[in-house]
Amino acid sequence: MTPLPRFLVRRFAHAVPLLLLVSVLVFLLIHAAPGGPLEIYLANPNVRPADIERLRRALGLDRPLWQQYWSWLWAFARGDWGYSFSDGRPVAARIVERLPATFELVAVSLAGALALTMPAGIGAAVGRGRWFDRAVTTGSMIGVAIPAFWFGLLLQMIFAVSLGWLPSSGRATPGDADLVDHLQHLVLPAAVLATVLAAGWSRFLRGSMIQTLAQPFIIATRARGLPPPRVVLRHALRNAVGPLIALVTVDAALLVSGAVVTESVFAWPGLGSLFTEALARRDYTVLMALLMLSAAAVVVFNFLGDVAHALVDPRVPAA
Amino acid sequence: MRAPLLVFVLLVAAAAAAPALAPYTPERIDLSVRRQAPSTAHLFGTDELGRDVFSRVIYGARVSLAVGLFSAAVAGASGIAIGGIAGYAGGALDAALMRATDGMLAIPRLPLLMIAAVVLQPSIPWLIVLVGLAGWMETARVVRAEFRSLGGAGFVESARASGASHGRVLLRHLLPNAAPAVAVAVTLAVARGILLESALSFFGVGVRPPAASWGNMLYQAQSALGTEPWLAIAPGLFILLTTISVSMIGDDLADHGGARRL
Repeated sequence: MTPLPRFLVRRFAHAVPLLLLVSVLVFLLIHAAPGGPLEIYLANPNVRPADIERLRRALGLDRPLWQQYWSWLWAFARGDWGYSFSDGRPVAARIVERLPATFELVAVSLAGALALTMPAGIGAAVGRGRWFDRAVTTGSMIGVAIPAFWFGLLLQMIFAVSLGWLPSSGRATPGDADLVDHLQHLVLPAAVLATVLAAGWSRFLRGSMIQTLAQPFIIATRARGLPPPRVVLRHALRNAVGPLIALVTVDAALLVSGAVVTESVFAWPGLGSLFTEALARRDYTVLMALLMLSAAAVVVFNFLGDVAHALVDPRVPAA
Repeated sequence: MRAPLLVFVLLVAAAAAAPALAPYTPERIDLSVRRQAPSTAHLFGTDELGRDVFSRVIYGARVSLAVGLFSAAVAGASGIAIGGIAGYAGGALDAALMRATDGMLAIPRLPLLMIAAVVLQPSIPWLIVLVGLAGWMETARVVRAEFRSLGGAGFVESARASGASHGRVLLRHLLPNAAPAVAVAVTLAVARGILLESALSFFGVGVRPPAASWGNMLYQAQSALGTEPWLAIAPGLFILLTTISVSMIGDDLADHGGARRL
């Protein structure tokens, strides 16, 4: 086999047990509820015990746990993700209809975060110890430590409530949803995500650039008389950016599902809000599907990140 | 190192001395002073039930800091156990444990904890255990890496040759060498634990009212951003102050403690 297919096979062989482990954990957790997945009906006085018994049988909850797990897993792997407990619609349909909003938010936030990270990380590393570096270091320290939901609340208080410049929540004003209105809704949630991401990334890029700039081959390019911008951008950055790519892809994967906090604070109708809605209604089929998808996304993006890293930096074997 | 450590020690001291420092009982409802802006009588204002926000922040510190510190202890202990066994044993056991670590890292932490908190309805001690069990992976990786790199070291072989048991080699010879790296990982786990608790409580599934934690105070503040902004500012600032001081302590440990940078 040529190296790439062998590499793919090995990664696949790693990913399968990993996802199985995640599925067992998620499945057991949801079945650990006192009433199992039907817990929400137990508290409802309008649902008679006989109905619960019938539901239990209809959903197969009276079978041994391992049988339930296998039939769930088999169905899940074939794309049959079951039906939402709260509105009876297919889980897959509920997830698919939320994808555009999440992709939009994630794409804009990632672009914004990269636009902040590149100048901040490179500038701080080049001017190490100067005021710009201190500003970047302090800013990223705060950005990493700040709770995203509180940052969101602060932005809402300032820009939506006090100044009234931007809408505080949602994705569009009903009845008045033109492009400008749409973009206005996007600004605050994207600002929260981009800031939090850029804080971690620029810290990382700064460290990586500082290490690279101290290496002999950089000193050699300087000695050859190459102009400093060329040394930094062509020679140093290309070496320093590889590890950042891996970090960015993993963060991107976590964002697809993990913008839970930001989406909920701003009522952005994506997967994150779907998660908190499902959580409030104990909609376990939706919760399980979302967690499995996000774990799968992390695995896939991790792989893509490694491939991208290997493409940028020929010293890194695709392994 | 000194300033962040001092801030953190002061916060812990304030939390410990909450009964002496807080001017009011945190749960005391006084409808005659509802929704008051900060004043000399109520430094951080009052909420919609007339409870003193300053007193609630101080008492909330007990919960938030306890969750941060003790969950980091749980995370550290389980990380040391799992990473230590993997790194020392090697082979198939090592591979299996590291796959498990990767699996745990692939699940987004907060959503997993939110489901666990909804399903299990934990009291505060159980919340600490849950947050800790969601955070052992980083420590485990660090400990495993240190143990792997020390595994063939001469002092390990000579300890084994002189009849020391595996347990003794692990605890007395390997673990002390991994201590600086573990200290950094556990410090970061404190900050993460505080952030996770605040997020869980903010979504109403962590620390449940009437007990105050910084996170559930923000949950309450969310509905009154326009009229009572002080409800949102004080608890958030305290979270930020704590997590910044803890992560600065972690950075200093990493820079000066001889540990590998994470």
